[in-house]
Amino acid sequence: MASIPRSRPAPPSIKLSLSDPVVRAIVFQVLVVGGVALLVWYLVSNTMANMEARKIASGFGFLNREAGFAISEHSIDYSPADSYFRALVVGVLNTLIVAILGIILATILGTIIGIGRLAKNWLISQICSVYIEVMRNLPLALQLVFWYYAVILENLPSAREAHNPLPGVFVSSRGIMVPVPANDPTYGWMLIACLIGIVGTVLLSRWAKARQAATGQQFPMLRAAAGLILGLPLLAWLAGGAPTVLDWPELRGFNFQGGGTLTPEFAALLIGLVTYTAAFVAEIVRSGILAVSHGQTEASSALGLKRGLTLRLVILPQALRVIIPPMISQYLNITKNSSLAVLIGYPDLVSIANTTLNQTGQAIEGIGIIMMVYLTVSLSIAAFGNWYNKRIALTER
Amino acid sequence: MKHLGKIAATAAIALGALAGTANAQQSTLDAVKAKGFVQCGVNTGLAGFSAPDSQGVWKGLDVDMCRGVAAAVFGDANKVRYTGLTAQQRFTALQSGEVDILARNTTWTLARDTSLGLDFVAVNFYDGQGFMVKRTLNVKSAKELNGATVCVQPGTTTELNLADYFRANRMQFRPVVIEKLEEVVAAYLAGRCDAYTTDASGLASTRSAQGANANQHIILPEIISKEPLGPAVRHGDNKWADIVRWTFNVMVEAEEMGLTSGNIDSKMNDPNPGVQRLVGKTGDMGKMLGLENNWSYNIIKQVGNYGESYDRNVKPIGLERGVNELWSKGGIMYAPPVR
Repeated sequence: MASIPRSRPAPPSIKLSLSDPVVRAIVFQVLVVGGVALLVWYLVSNTMANMEARKIASGFGFLNREAGFAISEHSIDYSPADSYFRALVVGVLNTLIVAILGIILATILGTIIGIGRLAKNWLISQICSVYIEVMRNLPLALQLVFWYYAVILENLPSAREAHNPLPGVFVSSRGIMVPVPANDPTYGWMLIACLIGIVGTVLLSRWAKARQAATGQQFPMLRAAAGLILGLPLLAWLAGGAPTVLDWPELRGFNFQGGGTLTPEFAALLIGLVTYTAAFVAEIVRSGILAVSHGQTEASSALGLKRGLTLRLVILPQALRVIIPPMISQYLNITKNSSLAVLIGYPDLVSIANTTLNQTGQAIEGIGIIMMVYLTVSLSIAAFGNWYNKRIALTER
Repeated sequence: MKHLGKIAATAAIALGALAGTANAQQSTLDAVKAKGFVQCGVNTGLAGFSAPDSQGVWKGLDVDMCRGVAAAVFGDANKVRYTGLTAQQRFTALQSGEVDILARNTTWTLARDTSLGLDFVAVNFYDGQGFMVKRTLNVKSAKELNGATVCVQPGTTTELNLADYFRANRMQFRPVVIEKLEEVVAAYLAGRCDAYTTDASGLASTRSAQGANANQHIILPEIISKEPLGPAVRHGDNKWADIVRWTFNVMVEAEEMGLTSGNIDSKMNDPNPGVQRLVGKTGDMGKMLGLENNWSYNIIKQVGNYGESYDRNVKPIGLERGVNELWSKGGIMYAPPVR
C-alpha cells in the first residue's frame, strides 16, 4: 500500500477515525477481503452441504477408477482399461499439441499476411485485407464446423476410394495417411543430438557476441548454427547405421493400418484455429511495423548498415516491443479456443473431462480440473511472454 | 459511515437470499402442487420417445410418463412443462431441482442409481445397443467390425458398452465422439465412420428419418448390451418416487386388465375387483400415495394404458413390441399388483 503524503504533522496521540485516510483505506480493504472470503466460504460450504444432502458423491477418488471409454487420438499409450486420470492426461496432451502447433503456424501465417497487407503491390495488399476482415469477423465455432463438415467430410472420398496423389500417401474422409520412418532407436539419438546442437548454438552465440564486443571481430554464426542443429543429428543418423525403413500405410479391412495419420478432426481444428488467429496476428504485426518511424531506417542507412542488418538490428527490435504484448494475448486465445474441439469431435481436455464428469456424475471436480489445467497453461504462456517482453524491452543506460 | 451501513445491508440481504435457496429441501409433491405443474426433463428430440410435433406439442413414450404423473397429481395430464436436455445436461438438471422427473430414455445403472444421487423408479422401455452400417459396406455382423471407425455420442452408456464389446471380442476400433445427435449422424452419413452405434430404438429412429434412403442402411443383428430405459427422480424423496413408480405400474396393469382410455368409462361398474381398484372405486389406493382416489382413473382416461402409449408413439418409427410386450404375451413388461 502506498503511503499517502500528508502536509500536516501527525497528531500527538493515535486516534482511530474514519476521516483518517490511512485508517479508512485499511478498514475498507479489510472489509472487502473479508466479504469476498465470506462469500467464497459460504458458496463452498453450501455446495458441500447440498451435495451431502442429495447423496451426490464428491472427491477425486474417481481418478483411479477404470475409464472404460476409448479415445481416438492419444500421444501416450491409452486403452479403455486405463484410469480416468490417464484419460485426462491424454486430453491435456492433445490440447497442448494443437495449441503449440497452432501458435507456431498462426505466427508464421499471420506475419506473412501482415507484411502482405503493407505490400506496395495493390493486389497482394487487397487480398490480405479481405482475408483479415473475413476471418476475424466470423465466429470461430462456425469456422470449425465449416472446415470439418463442409470442407473435409463432404469433399473427401471414403477409405476404399481414397485419393493416392503420391506413392504411400492417401487422402480420404479418414484423414491423410503418410509413410513414416519405422521405429528405430536411432531417432531418439537424433533428437538428443538436435537438442545438444541447440544448446551449443546458444552458448556459441554468447561467446561470439562477447568476442565481437571485445575485439570487433565477427563470427559466421549462421553457418555454425546450421552445422550444429542440422549436422549433429545427421551424424547421429549415420552413426546409427542410417536406417531408411519406412512404415507404409496400407488399406486393411475398414481402415488404413500403419504409417502416420492426420485425422479430419485434428486437421479441421488446426486449420480453423490457425486461419482465424492469423488474421489477428497479421494486424498486430502490421501495427508493430508501422510503429517504427521511417526516420529510423534512414538513420541506420546513413550509418552505413546494410538492409538486412537494418531490419535485424534497428527495425525488428523496436517493432517487437509493440508486437509482443498483444501477441501473448493471441497465444492465450489459441490455447483457450482449442476447447471448441468438442464441437468437431477432437478429443481435447474439455471433451474428455466432459465425458468423465458425465460418466462419474462429479461435475464440480471435472470442471475444477478443466479450470486448473487451462489456468496453469495460460499463466505459463503469459509468464514466458512477459519474461521475453522484458528481455527485448528498451534497455536504458 | 453511511456507505458502510449500505454495503453491510446489501451484503446481508444477498447472503440472506442465498441462504434462503440453500436449505429449501421441501417435498417434491408439495412443491409441484404449489407451482401447479410437473417440470419434466426430456430428450431434445427423439422421435417416438420425446419430440415436439408440428404444432409444438410434445409427444412420445417418455412424454406420456410425465403426462401420467400430472394426471395422477392434478387430474389433468396437460399440467406438464418440458425441459429439453442433452445427454450431458440431464443428471445435473435433476440433481439441482431444475426438473422434477427425468424421463429421457436414460439407462438404469448402479453407478447412476447411487453416486449420482438419483433413484430410478421403473423401466418403461427395454432397449439394447446395436450398430448401423451402410449397406455398401457388406457387413452382416458386428463381429466383422474389427478395425472399424465407429461414431458414438459421449457421456452415454453406449460409449462404455462399445469399448467393452470390442475388448471382450479382442477387436480394435477407432471412436469418433461428437456430442450433438444431428452432428454425429451427419459424420456417419458423410462416411467419417463405418458404423454408428446407439440404442436400437435410436438407430430405428435415425434410420426412419432418412426417408427414401433408409434402406441404404442396415441395423446389424447383434444387441450388445442391456439398456433398461426409465424415469428417474431425486434420491431421498420416497413419496414422490412412489407416485412416479405407481403411475407407470397403473399403465401396465391397465393393459393387462384390458382397460383403455376408450373403454374405462363403460367399465366403471365392472364386477372384477382388480378393475374396481384401478378405477378408484375401492381400496383407497390414491389416499395411500397422498393423492385423490380417482388418480388411476385419470391416468388411464387421459393418457391411456402402456400398450396404447406404445402403439401411438413407438410403433410409427418402426419398432415392434418385442421384449416390451406384456409378460403374459411373451414379453418381460411386468408390473407389481396395484392393491
